[in-house]
Amino acid sequence: MAINWFRFASPQTFYPLAGRMIPVFAVLAAVLGVAGLYIGFFVAPTDFQQGEVYRIIFIHVAAAWMSMFIYLVMAAWAAFGLVLNTRLSSMMATALAPTGALMTFIALWTGALWGKPTWGTWWAWDARMTSELILLFLYIGFMALQASIDDPRRADKAGAILALVGAVNVPIIYFSVKWWNTLHQGASVSVGRAPSMASTMLLGMLIMALAFWMYSIAAALMRVRSIILERERNSQWVRELAAGAPA
Amino acid sequence: MWDAFVAVFSRDLLQAWRRRADWLTTFFFFIIVVSLFPLGVGPEPALLRTMAPGIVWVAALLAAMLSLPRVFGTDHADGTLEQLILTPQPLVVLVVAKVGAHWLLTGVPLALMAPVLGLQFGLDGAPVGVLFFALLLGTPCLSLIGAVGAALTLGVRGGGVLIALLVLPLYVPVLIFGAGAVEATVAGTGASGHLSLLAAGLLAALVLAPWATAAALRVALE
Repeated sequence: MAINWFRFASPQTFYPLAGRMIPVFAVLAAVLGVAGLYIGFFVAPTDFQQGEVYRIIFIHVAAAWMSMFIYLVMAAWAAFGLVLNTRLSSMMATALAPTGALMTFIALWTGALWGKPTWGTWWAWDARMTSELILLFLYIGFMALQASIDDPRRADKAGAILALVGAVNVPIIYFSVKWWNTLHQGASVSVGRAPSMASTMLLGMLIMALAFWMYSIAAALMRVRSIILERERNSQWVRELAAGAPA
Repeated sequence: MWDAFVAVFSRDLLQAWRRRADWLTTFFFFIIVVSLFPLGVGPEPALLRTMAPGIVWVAALLAAMLSLPRVFGTDHADGTLEQLILTPQPLVVLVVAKVGAHWLLTGVPLALMAPVLGLQFGLDGAPVGVLFFALLLGTPCLSLIGAVGAALTLGVRGGGVLIALLVLPLYVPVLIFGAGAVEATVAGTGASGHLSLLAAGLLAALVLAPWATAAALRVALE
């Protein structure tokens, strides 16, 4: 039996489907989050160099991974929206941006909190941190551009072009910042070498990354449902939905 | 196609010549921003010499960015841009012509002025020469990438500030390699690596950016 995937490309059919998927992903996020934090805080051994401080990586690494991954997913949805001219794809891109920006912000903030006791500084112009900061600027630019265009379809397409230009640029920015950093020989800290990690630490990190992933899906679906309602507010089915909804 | 390129290019230059003040403003903005830094950080020659490449490049980035709304702005306001899109010539070629004119009007004057500013900051002959070449290679990149931002923000609320938010993060690699070329010369390691990367970036931008700009223009005017 072939599933007609295009059936759910219509906002009207996707809206209830998203409504049914949100609890699944939200529960998964909660369960994985509790399990990951339990492993991170109680099971994983204390690091012999950094002490207890290192435990912030269970949030930091997951957020940093998601921040980059969400940008790629966002650019992919934007590309689908541009190529196939499907409204829902563009709405997904719009819905993902705030979650991606949030993840970037969490990664930067927890990184600073970890850096102060470990490196003795809140911020170093390290390659990863600097490119993460620029990633935050890219997210903000995407959201600001979409927010300042009134026509939603034009906002979708303009945002899509910007997201794709950004996606091409992200690796270039990363390597340029990396080379810039090594040439300046300044920062005197290397984030790279994680000394052979205990397997429980790795497990905790992976579970937390999954939890953040599930959370991002749930949050994006909730946001896309709001966007659908906002944009389709003049359509018949939304009126019926609003009329049928308990007051 | 070549005729269309020449026609758009020379038209933009002619328009700029008739409204010289517009482009001179950008040029003097560049000089003023560079001159503000010594007043801010103090006249220490050693400090200024190490900061010179970065200051000149950041000022060039800001100057290039400030002049961007003019690339398509007036043509969009009076309807010329719609006519350009309707012509049978490929829009990409017309975009390259407009970006080329923008570079000739902003990038080249900045590059020509930069050696004088470099001398003001106490740079020696070789770094000043590299600064000039790096700007000559880097400013067309700024115009090409900036054109995407200019096309995306056409007729958008708060376009002027928005363009900074969109374009400046994308300028980071140009800034790094441009300023890095001069610093490498000062440090004695040679600037050829940085200049090669700048040239590579220019070629990549030349291939990709006009397409993105043309697509953005079509979105803005549909």
